[in-house]
Amino acid sequence: MDRFVFLTFDGLSNGAVYAAFALALVLIWRAARVVNFAQGAMAVAAAYAAYSVTQATGSYWIGFAAALGTGLMIGALVERAVMRFVGHANPLNEVIVALGLVLFIQAVLGMLYGNEFLPSHTPFSRNAIEVGGVPLLSRYDLFVFGAVAALVLLLALLFTKTSTGLRMRAAAFAPEVSRLLGVNVGGMLTLGWALASAVGALAAMLVIPTELGLNPHAMDLVFVTSFTAAVIGGLDSPPGAVTGGMAVGLILSYVSGYLGSSVTPIAVLALLLIVLLVRPGGLFSATVARQA
Amino acid sequence: MTEILQVRGLVAGYGAAPVLRDIDLTVPTGSIVTVLGANGAGKTTLLRTLSGLLRPTAGQILLDGKDLRRVKVERLVRLGMAHVPEGRGVVAELTVDENLRLGGLWRNDVNAAVAEVYELFEPLAQRKRNAGHLLSGGERQMLAIGRALVARPRLLLLDEPSLGLAPKITAQIMALLQKLRTQTGLTVLLVEQNARSALSVADSGVVMSLGRIATATTAQELRNAYLGS
Ligand SMILES: Nc1ncnc2c1ncn2[C@@H]1O[C@H](COP(=O)(O)OP(=O)(O)OP(=O)(O)O)[C@@H](O)[C@H]1O
Ligand SMILES: [Mg+2]
Repeated sequence: MDRFVFLTFDGLSNGAVYAAFALALVLIWRAARVVNFAQGAMAVAAAYAAYSVTQATGSYWIGFAAALGTGLMIGALVERAVMRFVGHANPLNEVIVALGLVLFIQAVLGMLYGNEFLPSHTPFSRNAIEVGGVPLLSRYDLFVFGAVAALVLLLALLFTKTSTGLRMRAAAFAPEVSRLLGVNVGGMLTLGWALASAVGALAAMLVIPTELGLNPHAMDLVFVTSFTAAVIGGLDSPPGAVTGGMAVGLILSYVSGYLGSSVTPIAVLALLLIVLLVRPGGLFSATVARQA
Repeated sequence: MTEILQVRGLVAGYGAAPVLRDIDLTVPTGSIVTVLGANGAGKTTLLRTLSGLLRPTAGQILLDGKDLRRVKVERLVRLGMAHVPEGRGVVAELTVDENLRLGGLWRNDVNAAVAEVYELFEPLAQRKRNAGHLLSGGERQMLAIGRALVARPRLLLLDEPSLGLAPKITAQIMALLQKLRTQTGLTVLLVEQNARSALSVADSGVVMSLGRIATATTAQELRNAYLGS
């Protein structure tokens, strides 16, 4: 029973990260109808920036802020300099370009930092706090929950309560009409990419120290896992992404806890396959039939 | 009387062959000018070119004497020109209130402007929180026109507002255009296939045919020629 409780909390903590990373995928999907396969590599690049800043300043938090700032910039840059020029005639175009970006970013990071794992620290202890003799959550887990909760809240406020959020939604749903109404649709697209990339960077900052450390491939498996979570959530739905992330985190935690961690990557793939076969629209898809 | 909009020698289209050929059009400030013509005559193409969604290959578009060639689409509404597109362009996923606010997000007085639209269109006020896709055709047209009015335009481009509406609602919309013109000096460029409705409120009109202006004259003359009255 203790083990089950431990695995549950561990699963929720990982799930929070998957939720954040899935949210980033959903943000770009909603804004541009693109699955950003480069998101893992982009997030790792931001985490490397944080590493350098933390090395230079000795402060985790300045590095943390640098990761978010770099994430924003990378997202804007990728949209402005690359994605904007990719034709939409064939949906494969964006996928191929994104995969090319992955190779490019990982190669550049390898040249700058090398391909071995760099140590990555957490700002809080990872020792689980015991409640009634049962180890539950570490301070770091609480930080992860808090950061993801704050993120979800801020995004919800942005999209439902601010003019910018309304512009972003309108630009995504009806770009031409939005332009006629005075919305800078291109700017909203850039902003969407920047935001999503910063969210991805946040997820990378949260998860990398809990795994093997910093490496150009550090987010590869997280990407696949979060993509699964986003698909479960319907790809279009932010609440779906959060729920999907938590669910996938729990399932994988039980799988690795009871069957062994070597099974996890296969479990992710199996999960993705099952979702795509059984419910390709996702469990939360709420697509409104478009009418004139 | 001055002209709010002047079009000279306009040529535009979608590919190699132009759809609009050598269009000349003058819209006097404070008037209602209708553009009539059969399906495929180029009426929608004309409006889309005026608001910059299509770039002309030749000719001039002057708004208050200012050349619009280099003006971005999203700037036009700030210059006083609003375009209600064919099919209305209600954003189905947004609520009525969000659709309306979208019409004037850059304005300081957007809340007041939205409130005025609710006064103008009572049925919308009761559906503030409804998603756009839940509205009837008539409500959608009210929302589309109301949303354009939130921008407080001086020139309103309307693409077939009567499409799919009951004659009674069409008549209400035409009456509203007349009222706005009288009360606020709004200028309207009204594209219609429903010549009877459009000519009931227009001061003058043009008839388009195969991408050209075939006739340009007063509404009275058009009524005599086309409606036999
Ligand atoms: N997106 C497009 N690409 C290519 N050709 C187009 C496009 N839209 C319209 N056309 C062509 O341009 C011509 C004029 O079309 P337009 O939509 O302007 O006509 P209209 O007068 O608005 O007709 P309707 O009364 O049916 O709305 C037509 O021959 C049409 O086939
Ligand atoms: Mg038309």
